[in-house]
Amino acid sequence: MIHGVLAVAMVALSAWAVATFPRSVLVFLLFQGSLLFTYLARIPAWLRAALFAMALLVLMPVIGYYNGYYLEVATQVGIFVALALGLNIVVGLAGLLDLGYVAFFAVGAYTWAIFGSPHANLIFGGGAFPLAPGWFYPFLLVGLLVAAGTGLLLGLPVLRLHGDYLAIVTLGFGEVIRVLANNLDKPINITNGPKGITPIVRPPMPFGLPTSEAFYFLVLVIVAVVIVVNRRLEDSHIGRAWEAIREDQLAAQAMGVPLVRAKLLAFACGASFAGVMGVVFSAKQVFINPESFTFLESIGVLAMVILGGMGSIPGAVIGATVVTVLNLQVLKGLSLWLNELKNAGVTVLGYSLTDLPTQLEPAKYERMIFGVILILMMIFRPQGIFPVRRRARELER
Amino acid sequence: MAALFEARSVTKRFGGLTALSSVDFALESGIASIIGPNGAGKTTLFNVFTGLYACDEGSVTFRQQSLVGLRPDEITALGVCRTFQNIRLFANMTAIENVLVGMHARVTLGLWSVLAHTAGFHHTERRLQARAEALLERVGLRTHANDVARNLAYGSQRRLEIARALASEPALLLLDEPTAGMTQGEAGALMRLLRDLVADLRLAIILIEHNMRVVMEVSDRVTVLDHGEKIAEGPPRDVQTNARVIEAYLGTRARERRPRAER
Repeated sequence: MIHGVLAVAMVALSAWAVATFPRSVLVFLLFQGSLLFTYLARIPAWLRAALFAMALLVLMPVIGYYNGYYLEVATQVGIFVALALGLNIVVGLAGLLDLGYVAFFAVGAYTWAIFGSPHANLIFGGGAFPLAPGWFYPFLLVGLLVAAGTGLLLGLPVLRLHGDYLAIVTLGFGEVIRVLANNLDKPINITNGPKGITPIVRPPMPFGLPTSEAFYFLVLVIVAVVIVVNRRLEDSHIGRAWEAIREDQLAAQAMGVPLVRAKLLAFACGASFAGVMGVVFSAKQVFINPESFTFLESIGVLAMVILGGMGSIPGAVIGATVVTVLNLQVLKGLSLWLNELKNAGVTVLGYSLTDLPTQLEPAKYERMIFGVILILMMIFRPQGIFPVRRRARELER
Repeated sequence: MAALFEARSVTKRFGGLTALSSVDFALESGIASIIGPNGAGKTTLFNVFTGLYACDEGSVTFRQQSLVGLRPDEITALGVCRTFQNIRLFANMTAIENVLVGMHARVTLGLWSVLAHTAGFHHTERRLQARAEALLERVGLRTHANDVARNLAYGSQRRLEIARALASEPALLLLDEPTAGMTQGEAGALMRLLRDLVADLRLAIILIEHNMRVVMEVSDRVTVLDHGEKIAEGPPRDVQTNARVIEAYLGTRARERRPRAER
């Protein structure tokens, strides 16, 4: 009861606060915190669902109306949630360490970027491209299939490897895709090399929604589908087989799990989520180049999965949210604040911050602080924020 | 009559070491035990039978079908399943989930049924769970169904491994030292269970066992391996008195001391 009142009050209060102080990072964090509280609070399922629907479907777009940047943050969070959930299947459930996951994201992104821009004319000749904006929606499926196919392609040669060896090969694969994107401007210009592809066509906006709102809802729908798919896979013989492979590959095979097929399916499923989001990403950004798909991005998504709790769906969601918000808002905000202190000439222990050499500029600490957070997390909570909880099955008889 | 399971002149070498040399083995029904000193090649033989090792020579057939060259999961699907000497449960999964994984070979659902939650999916999941519960009941672990395997007592883990193997509906079950680490009482109870399984499910069992009391009590037939060779085979009583077996286990008697040519 008290939890219910608190949850409603928190969501309402934070929404009001965001509307009143649309520029404050702290207030936006409060809004996110209220969602976390709603998830954790002991309240009836219908109330939780209602609060989530209210916050995500109504409040967030309203907040976005006052401060477009927050909607951008929310959309990015959604994209990374889908990526983390995809990687969670491969790493968390099947236990196959994949360090080149962003390659599938790139494949999806380039799929739409090439056909949704005039660039395809260079490949096929003529002037049929870009495709009409309406093609974007079927291309979500195309991106999914192409990425899943790439997943199979990667899966086939590496099936015999596990552990460190698998990690190294997937790392290499991720780099190969990026380098290909960088160099496939000759002899046939497929990716336009480091210059990237632009302008990429955006989909027609349903119900006359503003662009950023439309992308937000689109991402939200995809994330919802991805979560449902993830849960259904996990609660089936397929998910159990993946977990069995993670626990003991040899025993799993001896119990009748076909390793090759199960692993390929894990790679393909994980990759397909990234492929879909790649299509969305390229349309949202209008411009993509290989720089968006570096090794660091793969590591970032992996950090989300590990930080949240390997193999756990709520873990992947919170991990993606925390890392994205940290990178886009908290650490940026921190370095801005430190910069302000510096410019204002504040002295700390008799040392004026104005004298700080440029090498030690606060903006340069961002990555370091992120790293420290990761290390602390691994020391004090190695199982992640929301570790997997084994679901107790109700016995029938 | 062709046997349910038959292995002929199975040979397996690891580099220069011949782990199995020309071993014959056949089983129609009931419980056959394989015994022998450490390093005799018992587990290697199991690994050849279940496809974990490829044999260098010889043939292995189950219901007249050759198992040579098949993958372990294919062999399980045909109806041969095993347990492991050093327990290999899925440690972080619950007992019932372990058993459910064992049923994988019998699930025919496709990806689409899982994603769309078709009626077939719900039906299958309910059926699998009911069977898993029945199997856990059978090995006395029903109350531990939702316990994580890692937290189960040692004896319970061994029984869970048997339940998991039974989940694949085998016609032939290979048990690698199932009573290791059990008290005499637990071992006796397990053997009664095996006897019941043979009677109820018309299951054939091959047992690797060190506990001689168990072996002599439960086996219809005993095969003795030593240094990768079959040195004896027959009903428990005969094997017990076989001179070569005694020699393999206890060593040869020290030769009569030659009278020393002392002055």
